[in-house]
Amino acid sequence: MSDDIAERVKKIVVEHLGVESDKVTEDASFIDDLGADSLDIVELVMAFEEEFNVEIPDDAAEKITTVKDAIDYIRNVKAA
Amino acid sequence: MFDLSGMTALVTGASGGIGSAIAAALAEQGATIALSGTREGKLDEVRGTLKGDGHVSLPCNLSDGAAVDALVPSAVEKLGKLDILVNNAGITRDNLAMRMKDEEWSDVLRVNLEAAFRLCRAAARPMMKARFGRIVSITSIVGATGNPGQANYAAAKAGMVGMSKALAQELASRGITVNCVAPGFIRSDMTDGLPDAQKSALLTKIPAGDLGEGADIAAAVTYLASREAGYVTGETLHVNGGMAML
Repeated sequence: MSDDIAERVKKIVVEHLGVESDKVTEDASFIDDLGADSLDIVELVMAFEEEFNVEIPDDAAEKITTVKDAIDYIRNVKAA
Repeated sequence: MFDLSGMTALVTGASGGIGSAIAAALAEQGATIALSGTREGKLDEVRGTLKGDGHVSLPCNLSDGAAVDALVPSAVEKLGKLDILVNNAGITRDNLAMRMKDEEWSDVLRVNLEAAFRLCRAAARPMMKARFGRIVSITSIVGATGNPGQANYAAAKAGMVGMSKALAQELASRGITVNCVAPGFIRSDMTDGLPDAQKSALLTKIPAGDLGEGADIAAAVTYLASREAGYVTGETLHVNGGMAML
């Protein structure tokens, strides 16, 4: 199931940022590698919250800067 | 032009003179309206006069933060989506600054400015997702010119203009415009109560020679809420019969 989370996160990133899926690696930084701005990050977090039915508080959202950060955060919340 | 068919709008202060005129004008252009205000009976009365079906009343006390935060989600739930937010509700607690009580200051700021911010913040969410939104806030000529006895009201209204400009910059790339309409003196229960001498003194300052009507404000709101106004953002449209040309 954890791979499923990774795939769903990547799909959301591809859709929201309009980037090629092969660019969305786990190490990719939303801002530096994928061209996101701060508003895009807010939107991504909103989309993650909806997709995974979780609440991501601001202080946690601030630490989500890469695709991997997002996947790890959601995995942790879901595992808890 | 300015067809709002298929669009939905939340109007605060919809039981008042200007608010009910705004609701009527938006409904006339085809929008479905959620009317918010404190007086439920009056809201239902206004709702009954609107053109079209599906309008809803959402009573809300804007001095209650939790109730404010719940208002946009409940409008979205009732209307299915939210295209237009009109921040029209406002209160006055006039007093000369030296006599103004802390509560008179904070009540006005809380209802007129803080509630408007909370509603904008909540509305931005569905609007961002939809890549479309129109936020129109009713400010006042007093926010630009000041007025003795209204330090609190003038501060709240000027604050609304600055807030709208900041939001306009944040949200422009998502198809959301954020503008203000600034009424001058509009015929209402408040202006009807002025003594005749004061009323005629007032009229000498208005080149148009008359007070405005709620419909004058509603027309400006309708324009800014329309698809056609999509390239106008961060702007304040003054509707005051020429009383101040800013």
